[in-house]
Amino acid sequence: MAEIILSATGVHKHFGGLIALNSVDFQVERGEVVALLGDNGAGKSTLIKCISGVYRPEGGHISFDGQDITGRAPSAIRDAGIETIYQDLALAENLDVGANVFLGKEKKKTILGFIRVTDDDYMRQEAVKVLDRLDIHIPSLKQRLVNLSGGQRQAVAIARAIYWNARLVIMDEPTAALGVPEQRKVLALVRSLRDQGIPIILISHTMTDVLEVADRCVVMRRGRVAANLPKGQFDAEILVKHIVGAGDLSA
Amino acid sequence: MATATASKSTLNTRDRLLDILAKGWAYFFLLAMVLFFSATGPGFFSVNNFSNILVTSTLVALMAIGQTYVVITSGIDLSIGWTVGLASVVSARSMRDLVNGGMDIGPAMLLGVSMALLVSLIPGIINGILIARVKVPAFIATLGMYGIVRGAAFLLTDGQQVIGNLPDGLREVLRALGNGSLLYYVPEQGFVWFARPDNLPPQVIRGVASLLPYPVIVTAVVVVVFAFILGRTQFGRHTYAIGGNPDAATRAGINVKNHLLWIYVLSAFTAGIAGVMHSFRFTAGAPQAGEAALLQSVAAVVIGGTSLFGGEGKISGAVIGAVIIGVLQTGLVILNVDSIWQFIVVGVVIIVAVLVNQAQAALERLRTTNG
Repeated sequence: MAEIILSATGVHKHFGGLIALNSVDFQVERGEVVALLGDNGAGKSTLIKCISGVYRPEGGHISFDGQDITGRAPSAIRDAGIETIYQDLALAENLDVGANVFLGKEKKKTILGFIRVTDDDYMRQEAVKVLDRLDIHIPSLKQRLVNLSGGQRQAVAIARAIYWNARLVIMDEPTAALGVPEQRKVLALVRSLRDQGIPIILISHTMTDVLEVADRCVVMRRGRVAANLPKGQFDAEILVKHIVGAGDLSA
Repeated sequence: MATATASKSTLNTRDRLLDILAKGWAYFFLLAMVLFFSATGPGFFSVNNFSNILVTSTLVALMAIGQTYVVITSGIDLSIGWTVGLASVVSARSMRDLVNGGMDIGPAMLLGVSMALLVSLIPGIINGILIARVKVPAFIATLGMYGIVRGAAFLLTDGQQVIGNLPDGLREVLRALGNGSLLYYVPEQGFVWFARPDNLPPQVIRGVASLLPYPVIVTAVVVVVFAFILGRTQFGRHTYAIGGNPDAATRAGINVKNHLLWIYVLSAFTAGIAGVMHSFRFTAGAPQAGEAALLQSVAAVVIGGTSLFGGEGKISGAVIGAVIIGVLQTGLVILNVDSIWQFIVVGVVIIVAVLVNQAQAALERLRTTNG
C-alpha cells in the first residue's frame, strides 16, 4: 500500500444547526486520483474547504505529509503544497501564460544597474517548460489567456500549481464548463499529473470522468462518508446507488 | 507554435490591413485630423501651432496618465479635476505668501511646489482608503471627493476665482518656466537654447518657433516614467492583474488593497503636477483649473483604447487621446466653429472610440477561435 500523504480524521463542521461534516475520515495516497462524489449539500465542498483552509473545522485533525495543517490559513496550506483549482481557475485572463504562472511571484531582473523590471522572457520560457511536462502546447505564448480555449486555461492553472511545487491538487468540477474534446484534454492532464506522482482530489458530477480517471471513489452523503471504493469495486450503477442512498434504510 | 504561424500566414492582406487599422486607429485618426485641419484651417500647419496644441494638451494628458491606471483597475477617478485646482491654488498661494514674507524666489518656489504636490496626494489617499478598504464604489467615493476638493480649493482662495497678485519677480520666473521653451528656432540666428533672445525686430519675432516648451518636456518625462512603470515593472503587472481578475490577484498573494490605494494616490499625483504647471503657465492659482479637463481625461483614456471594464490600456494611448482632443479643439477654433460644437464633436469621438475598440476585441476573439 502506498504512502498516505493527506489524512483527515474525525473532521467535524457545522453551520448553526446544520451539520455539514459529521466525523469524516478521508485519506489520499501518493500518486492516486481520488474522486469525491455526492449530491448537492452532501458535504464535498465543505470537506474540500476544510482541507484548503477556507473553513476551520470544529473537530478532527487534518495532516499533510506528516505535518498538522488543521485550521491553518489558506495561504499557509498552499505553501505547504496543497493547491485548489476552483472552477473559475483564478487566472488573469488579460495576461499571458508566463504572467499567470508567475502571478504574484514575478521574476525580476535589473536593468541600467538599478531599475527592477519583470523578466517576461524568463517567465515565458519557464511556462513552456512546465507546460511541456504536462504535454500541453500553447501556440503563442504571448497570447492573452482570453484567447485560449477552456482546456488550455485549465492547463495553465494546473501548470501554475505544479510550477510552485504543489504536491496535492484539488480540482473542483474541472470539466463542467468544457466541450467534449476539451474534457478529454483535461482528463489527460489529470492522468499526466498522477503519472508524475502528484495525487489529485477530483470533485465531479460527471460519471464518465470519474469512471475514466479515478483510482478510488469516495461518496459523501449527509455529511458522512457513505462509501469508499477502490478501483474495480465501482461502476456507474454502484456509484449512483451510493450517491442517492438507495437501499439504505436510514435514508 | 505551428498553429500560430499557420493562422497568421492565412491572414490575407486585407485582413492584415484591417488589423493594423483597428489597433492603431487612434494614430490614423490623429493623422487624418491634422491633415484635414492643415488643409482647411489657415495657419493650422505651423510649428508654433503644433507646439501650442501640445502645451494645451499637457493638462489633459497628465490627468489621463493617472486616470489610465485607475481605469485599468476598473475604477474611475472623478475627483482629479478639482485636485488640479487644489494643487494650483496651494502652489500659487504658498509661493506668493512665502515671497511676500521675505523668502527668496528659488526656495519659495521649491517649497510651494512641494507643498502643492503633497497636498494633492491627500484626496488620493482618502479615495484609496474609501475604495480599497471601506469598499465604497470608486464612482461614489471620487464623486464625493469631487465636491470636497472643490470646496477645499475655494476655501483656500477665500471664495475668489483666482489667486493672483503674485509679486513681480516671482511672476516673471513662473512665466518664463511655464511658457518658455528649452529650444527656439530664431530666423537668421538658428537654434537658441533656454530663452528667447530679447530685442528682436517684430518681423523676426513672428518667425520664432518654440521647439521644446517646458510644460511638454515635464509631461514627456512623466509619461515615460509612468508608461515604464505600467509596462515593465511588477507594479504595472499587478495593476493589470487586479483589473483582469481581482480575486485571482488576491489568491496569488497580491496585496490588492494596498495596490489600489497606491493607484488613487498616483492618480492624484499626476493631477497635482498638472495643477502646479497650470499655476506656472498662467502665473496664478485657479481652483477651477481642471474642471473641464476631467471628462476630457476620461475621454482621452477611452480614445486611447483603455477598457472601462478594466484590465486593458496603455499610457501611450491616453496621450494620443489627449492630443486628439487638443487638435480637435484648436482646429475647430481655427475653422471658426462655435465652441459649443467642440463638446458635440468630442462626445461623438468618444463613442466612436468605444465602438472601434469593441469591434477590434471582437475581431481578435473571432480570429483566435477560428485559428
